[in-house]
Amino acid sequence: MPNLTRRSFGLLAGAGVASLAMPFYARAQGKPRAVVIGGGAGGATAARYIAKDSGGDIDVTLIEANPTYTTCFFSNLYLGGYRTFESITHSYDKLASNYGITVINGMAMMVDRDAKVVVMADGSKVPYDRLIVSPGIDLIYDSVPGYSAEAAEIMPHSWKAGAQTQLLKAKLDALENGQNVVMVAPPNPYRCPPGPYERVSMFAHVFKEKGFTDSKIIIIDPKEKFSKQALFQEGWAKYYPGMVEWYGPDVHGGLVKVDPATGEVETDLDTFKGDLVNVIPAQKAGMIAEKAGLTNETGFCPIDPASMRSKADDTVFVIGDACIAGDMPKSGFSANSQAKVAAMAIRGDLTGSRVFPAKYSNTCWSLIETNDGVKVGAQYAPTEEKIASTSTFISQTGEDAALRQQTYEESVGWYNGITADIFGS
Amino acid sequence: MRLQIYTQAIWRPRVPSSNRVRSSFPQTTRALIFAGLTAIGALTSGSTFAGDIQQGEKLYKACKACHQIGEGARNGVGPHLDGLFGRVAGSIDGFKYSNAMKAKGEDGLVWDEASLDQYLAKPRAFVPGTRMSYLGMKKPEDRTAIIAYLKAQSVAAPSVDPTAAAPARAEIGSAAMQIEGDAEYGEYLSSECVTCHQLSGHADGIPSIVGWPNEAFIRALFEYKSNIRTNQVMQNMTLNLGNEEIAALAAYFGSLDPK
Repeated sequence: MPNLTRRSFGLLAGAGVASLAMPFYARAQGKPRAVVIGGGAGGATAARYIAKDSGGDIDVTLIEANPTYTTCFFSNLYLGGYRTFESITHSYDKLASNYGITVINGMAMMVDRDAKVVVMADGSKVPYDRLIVSPGIDLIYDSVPGYSAEAAEIMPHSWKAGAQTQLLKAKLDALENGQNVVMVAPPNPYRCPPGPYERVSMFAHVFKEKGFTDSKIIIIDPKEKFSKQALFQEGWAKYYPGMVEWYGPDVHGGLVKVDPATGEVETDLDTFKGDLVNVIPAQKAGMIAEKAGLTNETGFCPIDPASMRSKADDTVFVIGDACIAGDMPKSGFSANSQAKVAAMAIRGDLTGSRVFPAKYSNTCWSLIETNDGVKVGAQYAPTEEKIASTSTFISQTGEDAALRQQTYEESVGWYNGITADIFGS
Repeated sequence: MRLQIYTQAIWRPRVPSSNRVRSSFPQTTRALIFAGLTAIGALTSGSTFAGDIQQGEKLYKACKACHQIGEGARNGVGPHLDGLFGRVAGSIDGFKYSNAMKAKGEDGLVWDEASLDQYLAKPRAFVPGTRMSYLGMKKPEDRTAIIAYLKAQSVAAPSVDPTAAAPARAEIGSAAMQIEGDAEYGEYLSSECVTCHQLSGHADGIPSIVGWPNEAFIRALFEYKSNIRTNQVMQNMTLNLGNEEIAALAAYFGSLDPK
């Protein structure tokens, strides 16, 4: 019964948005309100777990700017031709229909933490008792001289999945033999540490499939080392000999600028010309986190490692790529794991339900070539100062083909599992 | 080698050879030749089976963590395989089948050499939504061998010493098995598992873990903990799980019905 009530209430609230008649979203009487900003791996999971586990005792609202969600994870496999764009795009319908969550398709512009309301782009206000901020990342375009939001139409970053991913795919597919790709890799900390290098593997896979023996992929990296480096470099040498060139800062001496007009990437050492240039700039927490006053000088949000509660506000939680999660990488898996801890803490706050000690985990799978998957992962527990890793593992170089195929198959199973866990089933 | 391939060809068709012989009788000469050939096939297949069965027994090691066969066989993680040939798919009372497998049975799927051959080649292609986590057996001769083994074990149901049927092995995880698992605690802990293992019980690349018998679930987790099973993610995940946690997870996932 509570579900029915909440569902019909959701419809009413929706009608309110459409007519702009109500400055405040109507709410179920007397129920505590949890509001989530951002419907990605963190936010959608949190909304679903609060709704599911509170059994209708908490009124849950999810605010998301996009009508559907395209996952960053597995978007490289779309570039490589292993997945369709549709297969990595998900709807919010089940969160509304099966869990009674009010999904608001709109942009949150501001959080008035004193009044405990989220102010939407259309001026409407969404009140909360507990708020989860899960906006993901914003790109710092000018961290790469010469780069900008406009330049991203020519030199796509594709680090937020969606139209940018499709743009990169179209540009990749239009290349001819002998044409080169230059990737400007991001500095730490950034979303999906192995992501740029899995993407390079997918570029190389496409070239190999097409018989592009004269094309090269050049990586200009501001980092001296990168995630799963030995595994990727082993794979590149094995499958794509001579095709991938990685340059760390001790070789290229520093990035000077990129020029969207000419496709040039200038470094201290040399100027590299790309027929396709993929610039992944430095990153910070999504805009709303900064506007809500939740970030520190790093551009990300400090949190209490035991609960994901913001250090700036006891009634606000920050999860996913926007938070400072200690040893945890910025990944969809991490966000999903953090969401469950935050959801439990919020239920404890609002309904007095039992709060168990926080546990976190992460695994990142990467595909190097068809049926050759690798993984890295860890478990984490909160300490006084941070979320600290308690045990880790990583795939080994020289593993046999059967194990690598099993790892890849596992990643496909994980994709189905985590997307069901995020968006409901 | 050539003979073996030939006998398999006789043995593997969808229509049982006895039916074929009968339908061939109205034709005269050709029928006699055909019947003769079939008889040779039947004779030689006996000896071929013997070889296959040994190979099949080796291959069956991949199955026996989940499936019991022979006298005293019971349902485990997977259904028992006694009386398998001629059994309607998804039809053992009390076993938690996927909806997909039950639907196949309702559509008339009966396990025989041909249907098992297709299923074992790629279980998830033949029954999309099956709970069986096995990826598939590529080589046709391996499938022939394991089907021969299954047939020998299942149909003949060789008499087994009842005490041997319940091996008194030093049970790993026995302390956890004696704890009454707190399913509510298990539900909380399960949030770490369901990032990969689907609550629906669907298995695609990640095993289905819903509806398992309590002891099998506990044993599996302890086998990861003690590195008998070697998946890195699971070894890592189980590292910090104690008896209470494992018993709770077993109780929770065991209480679920696959979809």
